[in-house]
Amino acid sequence: MSDIDVAGFGACPIPIADYPNVLLAHGGGGSLSSMLVETMLAPTFANEWLDPLHDGAILDVEEGRLAVSTDSFVIHPLFFPGGDIGSLAVHGTVNDVAMCGAQPTSLTLGMIIEEGLPMEDLWRIVTSIRAAADEAGVAVVTGDTKVVDRGKGDGIYINTTGFGRVPEGIDIAPSRMEVGDVVIVSGTIADHGIAIMSVREGLEFETALESDSASLHGLVTAALDAGGADVHVLRDPTRGGVASATNEIAAASGLGIRLRESDLPIADQVRAACEILGFDPLYVANEGKCLVITSASVADDVLAAMRAHPLGTDAAVIGEVVDDHPGRVFLTSRIGGNRVVDMISGEQLPRIC
Amino acid sequence: MKYVDEYRDEAEARRYLAAIEDTVTRPWTIMEICGGQTHTFIKFGIDELLPPEIQLVHGPGCPVCVTPLEMIERAIAIARRPEVIFTSFGDMMRVPGSDADLLAVKARGGDVRMVYSPLDAVRLAQANPDREVVFFAVGFETTAPANALAVREAKLLGLTNFSILSSHVLVPPAMEAILGAPDNRVQGFLAAGHVCAVMGYWEYGPIAAKYETPVVVTGFEPLDLLQGTYMAVRALEEGRSGVENQYTRAVTLEGNRPAQQLLAEVFETVDRPWRGIGTIPMSGYALRDEYADFDAVLRFDVEAIAPSENEVCIAGDIMRGLSKPHDCPAFGTECTPEHPLGAPMVSSEGACAAYYQYGRAG
Repeated sequence: MSDIDVAGFGACPIPIADYPNVLLAHGGGGSLSSMLVETMLAPTFANEWLDPLHDGAILDVEEGRLAVSTDSFVIHPLFFPGGDIGSLAVHGTVNDVAMCGAQPTSLTLGMIIEEGLPMEDLWRIVTSIRAAADEAGVAVVTGDTKVVDRGKGDGIYINTTGFGRVPEGIDIAPSRMEVGDVVIVSGTIADHGIAIMSVREGLEFETALESDSASLHGLVTAALDAGGADVHVLRDPTRGGVASATNEIAAASGLGIRLRESDLPIADQVRAACEILGFDPLYVANEGKCLVITSASVADDVLAAMRAHPLGTDAAVIGEVVDDHPGRVFLTSRIGGNRVVDMISGEQLPRIC
Repeated sequence: MKYVDEYRDEAEARRYLAAIEDTVTRPWTIMEICGGQTHTFIKFGIDELLPPEIQLVHGPGCPVCVTPLEMIERAIAIARRPEVIFTSFGDMMRVPGSDADLLAVKARGGDVRMVYSPLDAVRLAQANPDREVVFFAVGFETTAPANALAVREAKLLGLTNFSILSSHVLVPPAMEAILGAPDNRVQGFLAAGHVCAVMGYWEYGPIAAKYETPVVVTGFEPLDLLQGTYMAVRALEEGRSGVENQYTRAVTLEGNRPAQQLLAEVFETVDRPWRGIGTIPMSGYALRDEYADFDAVLRFDVEAIAPSENEVCIAGDIMRGLSKPHDCPAFGTECTPEHPLGAPMVSSEGACAAYYQYGRAG
């Protein structure tokens, strides 16, 4: 195990024979803490802002607007089909910055590790963070590590904060949404939530399905290049799914949103799993999808640009902005009936029969 | 998706809606038994596409909703015990007891776990010989066979740390209770297809004859419900009672015989209180004496727990077809999914939850 080469980063630099698990002392500020930082973290994330190992990073500031977003990641299990908590911690925050219309540049990384986490698991997560950051073109510029007593954490919790510059002429806000705007989703919905459910203890079912976890700023850039200032709203429908994201947008804009059930792109396996579990895919989480709301005049161009991007091949128009039912989301069902799509209360629970 | 999309076809749905419209000449009140059917009606907006003559009322076929409060309280009392791993289907977790639900017990340190099959609970008992594993066995004839199987499996394995809290209920006695009530409004039934997949529909003939009421065994997809409604309306218009089977792809007259035999081996029929409705004679399953060792009520001595209901909640009237969710003064105000007064507001098959979630304000 100790010579496992994760994603081309080589074996874990901490001597596994001596430290098979993370100890409280790895976060205690003493020599074991230094070893963790100096042999594992600093070399893995090396860059000009991090290398001084100062208390904080000093970044050059350009003229213009800065987008900042923070997110914490507490997922279980830590490793799942299509990703792990490390890649998710990069994608999640990069995407939140991208949904401001910004180009993400740097991330902070805070890790709260539970005593006893296998050192190999930590190494897999750390290298996964680096690989995802490289792919997204962002640098981890500062960080922090704490270790908590066994039983007081779920393996590891990660917090990341992302920074990015908002280009000139881009103004993303629900308040800019107009009646007649078109709602586009970048691909199949509910993949992430169902992939996680499929490996959760006690509920395992067989599927080849993977989480859609991915950094979306490339796709967003393609949409913004095609639609420019006519792109009014961007949102990644993570927890609570498309239903919660559209509800938040509708409430913030004071306009209504009408979705068409038959136009929602959903993978067959996901639909089948949702049917069995009694879940509505509209409420299931995504980690690599975004909603783009644009003027009708540029919708075709934006859709074409998104479909030309590898992360947007299944992009589809799923609804439009309406002036009836202000602040609410409606759905026209497959057979032509209508219903409200409300915010969910709590989380969806598998049904009895 | 195969076996689903065929039953959600818009053109076919329009055809059945037109057929219902052509057939109906006067008002009819039809009850769908099962909460799953209620949710399909509302989720696909079928209730608003049907002609106004047809009044749908929503039946008691939501296992979570009819589980009596004392069973919820017993579950909570058992789940609070430190030696217990309390297992349940997800649906039951948020059902309100007098002062807590199972999720609240979990939050305060109880070992409450969601499982998807009672056999998972048996496996938990095998893996944790020093703990008591209890499964909350709720549901109609649909879920009862799997729970009977779990108990028989536990007995075969010689497990002494597994038990079930049995709150099984049966459909036919509930239909009789509804039809026999002096204030009954129901003129025709859509019977619950999945219950009939297990039990067949031979039990319904005498009920249909005695109360001169048509009963259509119906599935759960939009086209199933439209076809079932059409068959019920046609029978009502022609003055026919009797049982018809819409759900032929899953249901036969005699049903699943091995499952019925298993039920008869493990369970006996007993009087059972239904939440909001009251005690219905011979309407539930309890473990037979041979399986009494697996009865959590006896093992944890919780029989004495007998709380009283919230007085505002009209769940009983709703489940007997006398009222609709929005007739309740608490609907959407005092009673919401976040602060439910009654079970129909939290269950995925509850009528109040369907009306609230899909925006049927009245």
